[in-house]
Amino acid sequence: MRLSYIVEELGLEVCTRDCELDCEVRGCYVSDILSDVMANSDEGYLWLTIHIHPNITAVAQFKALAGVIVVNGRNPQPETLKKADEHRIPILTTKLASFEVAGRLYALGLRCSREC
Amino acid sequence: MLRLLADLHVHTCLSPCADDSMTPRAVVETALGRGLSLIAICDHNSAENVEAAVLAAECLPLSVLPGIEITTAEEVHVLGIFESCQSALAIQEIVYKHLTPGRNDERLFGRQSVVDQYDRVTFENKRLLIGATDLPIDHIVESIHDLGGLVIAAHIQRERFGLLYQLGFVPDSLSLDAVELTSKTTLQEVGDRFGCSLEFPVIYDSDAHFREDIGKLATEFAVLAPTLSEITMALRGAEGRQIINAAIEHPQNG
Repeated sequence: MRLSYIVEELGLEVCTRDCELDCEVRGCYVSDILSDVMANSDEGYLWLTIHIHPNITAVAQFKALAGVIVVNGRNPQPETLKKADEHRIPILTTKLASFEVAGRLYALGLRCSREC
Repeated sequence: MLRLLADLHVHTCLSPCADDSMTPRAVVETALGRGLSLIAICDHNSAENVEAAVLAAECLPLSVLPGIEITTAEEVHVLGIFESCQSALAIQEIVYKHLTPGRNDERLFGRQSVVDQYDRVTFENKRLLIGATDLPIDHIVESIHDLGGLVIAAHIQRERFGLLYQLGFVPDSLSLDAVELTSKTTLQEVGDRFGCSLEFPVIYDSDAHFREDIGKLATEFAVLAPTLSEITMALRGAEGRQIINAAIEHPQNG
């Protein structure tokens, strides 16, 4: 599933400029513990979080994630967007909460294949 | 009784997010220049540079306590400060067994240089020190105490990695020796913000990752000597030892 399709379907706001929205999203992971995302998310996954700190960009890059959706109407810090722009990592925002976003992504057919 | 200025939370170039110029000897010299008498070296999830810093300060009017800043399973940052390097290395062994698996990517997270007392890089630590342990906070607190260390909840006013932000409130069962603030706020203000009442000894530290920040915030103690046992007594207000003045700002950093 293309990221651009998800952006369209969920009405997400794209906060980064030159990011790759045409990429393939392979799954989704929801967590606000960054080390947990580093351990348990996977390449090509979308990550749902409330974090707005620049560290989310490094984590997304480390795991080669498809992008990050910042939930609850929170605005990523300027430094976060700057770093995301530099590394072409899509940062998307929504007023919805994680549960709602995850539910809609599941309904679109996205899964998390991880079983811990 | 001696009045001394202490900054109990200083990083070295072993922490991925700290500047490469934070070599142990450079940290010691900068701390001296800032009028500090006592510092603790607390790198993220590792204590591999503490001995170099202790040795670099030998024969100088600065005491260095070996410490570590551990990331708990809840991603709370907890400082463990010890009398001996052996105790710091013993807790490090526990931390290493429980750290997020994987190799550090220094382009993303920064270098993790292990350095000797003459500031020569011995090797690069390859562990994922930016990660977290899978040990719950109470387990970490107990392990530090078992090794005779002091437990301080780091930068509790901060959003990322602060105890209150990650856990909402301080669990009753948690036996902290002190809480740390790294900005010029008060414990009362922090408690109000998180809707809880906080009754802990408070220290102020710099949490320096860059040389210019060493001693930027510090705590003034009245103690007999710059040792862990004296600082522990000061935190408890025992036998005349005490915290005289928290939140001392270094004039250079205004």
